[in-house]
Amino acid sequence: MINEYDILETIRMIQDDCLDIRTITMGISLLDCIDPDIDKACKKVYDKITLKAKDLVKVGEQIEKEYGIPIINKRISVTPIAIISAACKCSPVPFAKAMDEAAKAVGVNLIGGYTALVQKGFSEGDMELINSIPEALACTERVCSSVNIGSTKAGINLDACGVMGRIVKECAEATVDNACFGAAKLVVFCNSVEDNPFMAGAYHGVGMPDCLINVGVSGPGVVRAAISKYPDADITKIADVIKEISYKITRVGQLVGMTASKRLGVPFGIVDLSLAPTPAVGDSVAHILEEMGLEVCGTHGTTACLAMLNDAVKKGGVMACSRIGGLSGAFIPVSEDAGMIDAATAGVLTIEKLEAMTAVCSVGLDMIVVPGDTEPDTISAIIADEAAIGMVNTKTTAVRIIPAIGMKEGDVLDWGGLFGKGPVMPLHKESASKFIHRGGQIPAPMQSLKN
Amino acid sequence: MKAVITVIGKDAVGILAKVSTECAKYNANITEVTQSVIDNIFAMIMMIDISKLNIDFAQMAEELSKKGEEEWGLKVFVMHEDIFNCMHHI
Repeated sequence: MINEYDILETIRMIQDDCLDIRTITMGISLLDCIDPDIDKACKKVYDKITLKAKDLVKVGEQIEKEYGIPIINKRISVTPIAIISAACKCSPVPFAKAMDEAAKAVGVNLIGGYTALVQKGFSEGDMELINSIPEALACTERVCSSVNIGSTKAGINLDACGVMGRIVKECAEATVDNACFGAAKLVVFCNSVEDNPFMAGAYHGVGMPDCLINVGVSGPGVVRAAISKYPDADITKIADVIKEISYKITRVGQLVGMTASKRLGVPFGIVDLSLAPTPAVGDSVAHILEEMGLEVCGTHGTTACLAMLNDAVKKGGVMACSRIGGLSGAFIPVSEDAGMIDAATAGVLTIEKLEAMTAVCSVGLDMIVVPGDTEPDTISAIIADEAAIGMVNTKTTAVRIIPAIGMKEGDVLDWGGLFGKGPVMPLHKESASKFIHRGGQIPAPMQSLKN
Repeated sequence: MKAVITVIGKDAVGILAKVSTECAKYNANITEVTQSVIDNIFAMIMMIDISKLNIDFAQMAEELSKKGEEEWGLKVFVMHEDIFNCMHHI
């Protein structure tokens, strides 16, 4: 029997503390769409996506109403396009257009998978795809792109870091009329995962079934509210409180994923145990850290609080669902988190501190706005630093930074909606060009020698 | 199959009558009703059997919430029991 307190607690979590399912993401394999004729291949891609995902949004909305819980995003991830487009031997931009049209046709707000995996080197198809990213993101609305440039097993492809610095800058330049939004749709990964449901880094790995459903949960507001009931408890107690509330959050993810998978007739993949913030009031990861006792997120102690939070969320969530995957950890996207925006604007949260934070949580330097005159080589060096943290710690790290063309430190780049706004954060001006231009491969670390 | 209707708001005459009339309209059988004040919130919680509904459950949930907000000035949540069971029971 359900008791009244439980009913009201659930309603309060949803209504007051912004509990939601952040995304239901359908992963679709495009391996059977490969064709040397690019027009034929693109038609197959469009047809397959629109066939598999035709009911995704409808089913998502139905579940929302039945369970009374918002499902913020319905999205699609596909096989890395560099693999699909390699046979065409030309620019894969038409694939991006086909993906964009398919996403619009089925009503999803983002589609991920304009991706290349180059952690150990480039094929011709990879190079074609990477060079086409700025154009692809500028001429489409909903397509997201990612490039994996390193892994614990492979080391770091420093040539790819070098290229991606330039590509990130070009993405911003190509979308300067749209607040440089192109760069916000591009993630550079180390140790990227095949079943990540979150954008912009989602793609459908080649080792996966033809089609499946992955779910990403959220709920920073719920965690903060739970902690606020224990102002004087020690940190062990706080960890327990976070575990309990994460269990409940994740159970809803499991329920929604199972229901969606059943109704769509598609296997259920994973639940991604993540705390994904939004710019909305009461939906901030930074505010959780502040609730733990930091005056402002970014000050000394932030890394420790975040490490504990990240670990407790996983411990609570792990028993609540049958299969866990994706990125699973607290997200710290600066522009998408009201508390982080304030902390960065006040100058307390710096890029160095964010880098330290990425060593203990998922996923990386995310949604950070940097000066428009930042050299591509500097962006490459930031990517290399972040990849090194991921490589050595056997975890996913990523860089999604947005050079705000024409803006300088202190200005604010504003996208509105879920992507929020970010103050332009200062970077070191000293060059790392010589290092980046050495090129080559940073060898895989000792951690890779597990066999 | 059961669902939970939760009505939250300011007390007034006839709330129960209004909600139960709607339930009857959709052929939802009311199996349990409680009213309480918890954490300073006045709340009425109703368990309903939704196995013989004459309307899609998602649609009923939407209609009732809309009616609550627009006509009665009350917050009405209609949620399938599974969400509570999964969250609060191992």
